[in-house]
Amino acid sequence: MIGGLFIYNHKGEVLISRVYRDDIGRNAVDAFRVNVIHARQQVRSPVTNIARTSFFHVKRSNIWLAAVTKQNVNAAMVFEFLYKMCDVMAAYFGKISEENIKNNFVLIYELLDEILDFGYPQNSETGALKTFITQQGIKSQVLTKEEQSQITSQVTGQIGWRREGIKYRRNELFLDVLESVNLLMSPQGQVLSAHVSGRVVMKSYLSGMPECKFGMNDKIVIEKQGKGTADETSKSGKQSIAIDDCTFHQCVRLSKFDSERSISFIPPDGEFELMRYRTTKDIILPFRVIPLVREVGRTKLEVKVVIKSNFKPSLLAQKIEVRIPTPLNTSGVQVICMKGKAKYKASENAIVWKIKRMAGMKESQISAEIELLPTNDKKKWARPPISMNFEVPFAPSGLKVRYLKVFEPKLNYSDHDVIKWVRYIGRSGIYETRC
Amino acid sequence: MTDSKYFTTTKKGEIFELKAELNSDKKEKKKEAVKKVIASMTVGKDVSALFPDVVNCMQTDNLELKKLVYLYLMNYAKSQPDMAIMAVNTFVKDCEDPNPLIRALAVRTMGCIRVDKITEYLCEPLRKCLKDEDPYVRKTAAVCVAKLHDINAQLVEDQGFLDTLKDLISDSNPMVVANAVAALSEIAESHPSSNLLDLNPQSINKLLTALNECTEWGQIFILDCLANYTPKDDREAQSICERVTPRLSHANSAVVLSAVKVLMKFMEMLSKDLDYYGTLLKKLAPPLVTLLSAEPELQYVALRNINLIVQKRPEILKHEMKVFFVKYNDPIYVKLEKLDIMIRLASQANIAQVLAELKEYATEVDVDFVRKAVRAIGRCAIKVEQSAERCVSTLLDLIQTKVNYVVQEAIVVIKDIFRKYPNKYESVIATLCENLDSLDEPEARAAMIWIVGEYAERIDNADELLESFLEGFHDESTQVQLQLLTAIVKLFLKKPTETQELVQQVLSLATQIGDPSFGAPPAAAVPARLGAPISSGLSDLFDLTSGVGTLSGSYVAPKAVWLPAMKAKGLEISGTFTRQVGSISMDLQLTNKALQVMTDFAIQFNRNSFGLAPAAPLQVHAPLSPNQTVETSLPLNTVGSVMKMEPLNNLQVAVKNNIDVFYFSTLYPLHILFVEDGKMDRQMFLATWKDIPNENEAQFQIRDCALNAETVSSKLQSSNIFTIAKRNVEGQDMLYQSLKLTNGIWVLAELRIQPGNTSFMLSLKCRAPEVSQHVYQAYETILKN
Repeated sequence: MIGGLFIYNHKGEVLISRVYRDDIGRNAVDAFRVNVIHARQQVRSPVTNIARTSFFHVKRSNIWLAAVTKQNVNAAMVFEFLYKMCDVMAAYFGKISEENIKNNFVLIYELLDEILDFGYPQNSETGALKTFITQQGIKSQVLTKEEQSQITSQVTGQIGWRREGIKYRRNELFLDVLESVNLLMSPQGQVLSAHVSGRVVMKSYLSGMPECKFGMNDKIVIEKQGKGTADETSKSGKQSIAIDDCTFHQCVRLSKFDSERSISFIPPDGEFELMRYRTTKDIILPFRVIPLVREVGRTKLEVKVVIKSNFKPSLLAQKIEVRIPTPLNTSGVQVICMKGKAKYKASENAIVWKIKRMAGMKESQISAEIELLPTNDKKKWARPPISMNFEVPFAPSGLKVRYLKVFEPKLNYSDHDVIKWVRYIGRSGIYETRC
Repeated sequence: MTDSKYFTTTKKGEIFELKAELNSDKKEKKKEAVKKVIASMTVGKDVSALFPDVVNCMQTDNLELKKLVYLYLMNYAKSQPDMAIMAVNTFVKDCEDPNPLIRALAVRTMGCIRVDKITEYLCEPLRKCLKDEDPYVRKTAAVCVAKLHDINAQLVEDQGFLDTLKDLISDSNPMVVANAVAALSEIAESHPSSNLLDLNPQSINKLLTALNECTEWGQIFILDCLANYTPKDDREAQSICERVTPRLSHANSAVVLSAVKVLMKFMEMLSKDLDYYGTLLKKLAPPLVTLLSAEPELQYVALRNINLIVQKRPEILKHEMKVFFVKYNDPIYVKLEKLDIMIRLASQANIAQVLAELKEYATEVDVDFVRKAVRAIGRCAIKVEQSAERCVSTLLDLIQTKVNYVVQEAIVVIKDIFRKYPNKYESVIATLCENLDSLDEPEARAAMIWIVGEYAERIDNADELLESFLEGFHDESTQVQLQLLTAIVKLFLKKPTETQELVQQVLSLATQIGDPSFGAPPAAAVPARLGAPISSGLSDLFDLTSGVGTLSGSYVAPKAVWLPAMKAKGLEISGTFTRQVGSISMDLQLTNKALQVMTDFAIQFNRNSFGLAPAAPLQVHAPLSPNQTVETSLPLNTVGSVMKMEPLNNLQVAVKNNIDVFYFSTLYPLHILFVEDGKMDRQMFLATWKDIPNENEAQFQIRDCALNAETVSSKLQSSNIFTIAKRNVEGQDMLYQSLKLTNGIWVLAELRIQPGNTSFMLSLKCRAPEVSQHVYQAYETILKN
């Protein structure tokens, strides 16, 4: 198990050091600093072994978090724990920065004492932790006995992520379907790989212990239901999507999903990520990039890039950015574009073309002439792919939320009284076309 | 309110000031002071001098202050054991506190204080806490048993805590169950024999129930524990699998990976004809692919695991090649792992796509990555025969880029392709030769020289090319020198008339590399330094396979030339070592290449590491006439005088005949010294293994050996390496072996064999660690022949 946990600033100074096991000494703190943070070469693995001790690290802006052990531990668990640790800290004091860590070091030690015992991760749900670890000193001493046992049963209980007795005057929930669409296309326009990784983020402001049921146009579910009425299958069959795989927040009853493919849960209060999913079939690729690069002699390149939007004309894509890499020996660039603004950024070795808005089924074009300095460098220019960024108001996977039903058996509100909001946002992930 | 100010106290007399503040009457001031102490402790300052003052602050009802004091105690109690006793009373009292959070805090902290006297006092409160009415206290107490066991295992057993811990597996609260499982698993690890985690269908059922209800971390503890269980039949295995599969949709990647581990293991027990088997296989791929969209560090861990999974069951991911394609912004560690998996998944069906990708990668920036990509192209050629031609043309394209390290790497892999598919792609040699001058890495130079030597008859100016390398012969690395030597000899055999001069030149150059400190006559120095590799290089040329598989089952190396005729006025000696039923002998073949008759042979050994000496005079009965060869066997014993040699298995030999005395030296394989009674008793083995310090342990990897555990055992046994025990851990076979050398040195070995993986891990422990390297070489030789 985890033997110790250290947090360093960018200089390698220790901000937090908590040792859980006897086999980890103070020298481990220095070993990591010398061998990883101060290493001359770039770090080439998130796991470093120094003198039979393993160091697992993650970086958040310029802060290093390192978990140390001498045992053969479950590496995935250690990293998941480090991410969780970051989430917990962020939930308590916002951005993870040197200043915030120094300002909250007592709190961090308290959290570390609670969420890692002898190196074993314990309940690390912020919802539960916040009931008894607060920034304003400890609450529990003024608690009644009942409150105390409520805390402990929540921390150890089955529904560790939600406390009892939450009340809202207005029961409301927000669902965001956030997708990032990834593409790698060959210069000839052949899709080398494409997938959508999506997240359903829920913000719930619901009273009591509401039982929720979430439904979407999952092909498997629709086909199951559609068996009765053939008519409906043909209608909805087109709209259903094949989900390759999905994972759920720990509040979702996985065994029920496995047997019935229904998604039921009692949500944590506030914002959380209900599910993540991935699809690879029938993806709507919002943009197509058509590159044309021509080498004119040794000192000149001609680049022409056409982008085509491929969605309903009534919808608008936003924040469109096309990044066309240029060789390192570029001496000058001349650009002409029909729409938006284009600039050559020498420091980034790229032409950046920005378009604020673009409707569906449109086309736009940029041409550039790149002057090159003659070099005798034998190394050929690697031609990095042309990448794109954008945001569209629909889900490229085709996912639709069908329903989110809320039941609260004890309190007196029904599904109809809950105000529900749904929003779809599709963003570019790694959206690249090779040229 | 900010706490960062506590980090900035660096003035003199700080400790003194803190002392005063700690003893202040005002609560706030006290707390401030403790915070400063903790801050100093964090940055590594020694604040142990404040121990009594800090401990005095412990008696407080302010929980925040109490936690800070506990933190201090955990750090310094060990350095001040006597004073730590002062804290005991408060701990004991806190364990009785009405507030469960305080009870748990006390028992949690007490377990972290590694002072014997405190440990004694811990037992009673711990016993109570294990049966506490509050689950929060019980789950903390469960972990505390593991802590106590780490400090004093005997005490935990004497006090019966292990039984209480076992009872907690049936606790009503899932988190208590999870922590109890974690604690028991850890304790069980240090007592491999004790049947502590006595898993049976009933307790497994309890674990599976808790699995649905506990925290994500608890699920990991339980799944990792399940992975160590062996179901009694396939039906049980299937029912566990069915209940574990829902975990594959968990948001926590570690839960998913642990579930995959359990499923991979239990699948072994399922019959392949079962419908369920197929369903399960299909269910495994999507979650593994999803892991690749996790954060980069987790992707790395997932990829390392996937690498093992595709070796075991390539069918799971065979259609998912695309997800392992490298993205431009992947961190380098992710890129390198992906590349490995791509090669493993490459097949005839997807090779075109893979090659197109690899070609892209070969133009990237990171040198390591590019090199690996080029190597990968070579491996594809060797793996998928149909693709070889395409690979070669891709490699040629890459050579045209003239990027120095790409060219060198490409030449190294083309050499391998030539070896695998001889006489197929020689048309490219001309292109390769054009790049001769740009090669500066030994491996690439050696590869190029090999190619020139191998295809000397097709290269018009082969002699010129090789000669060009000779100029800087002394500056080359050994690898290149050896290759050059072999290549020129090959050339000589193919075109004897034109190249005689070249051969003489290289041989004379090679003989000049004597290490003067070696103390051997200069003529013998060449084989001494270059002995073994030269002969192996030459065995490419001469058919010297006579000795294999004769006599006993023990491996006998083919005879190698020890003393070339040029060095010994026409006498050529080649030989090898054998061991059969307890006796060692040296089999020699003497050839007379001179023009006069040779008589009066005699042999003598220099002192050597294991006291090897001739047990009888050299028997060459009749005089040896020109162009005649005689074979003889010289029995050896190990009672000669001993002197440590460098390398250890070096043997210097002098042979006399009527013409002169000749010296040469040779390396003998260590396995001729492995005695027949090298089988150690099991108990003795365990004790000895523990007894030998860890520094003496040496680890080696035996690559490209596709034998299973049984064959390995029997092969090794015939060379007197005895398998004492065999164990199966997580699908790997672990063989525990022993052997004894003629001088009584024992060597203990642990050989880890993974089905489907052709690399074995060999760990050797020995009181004389310098023999390990040679024992490993003996393993290599025995297993690969």
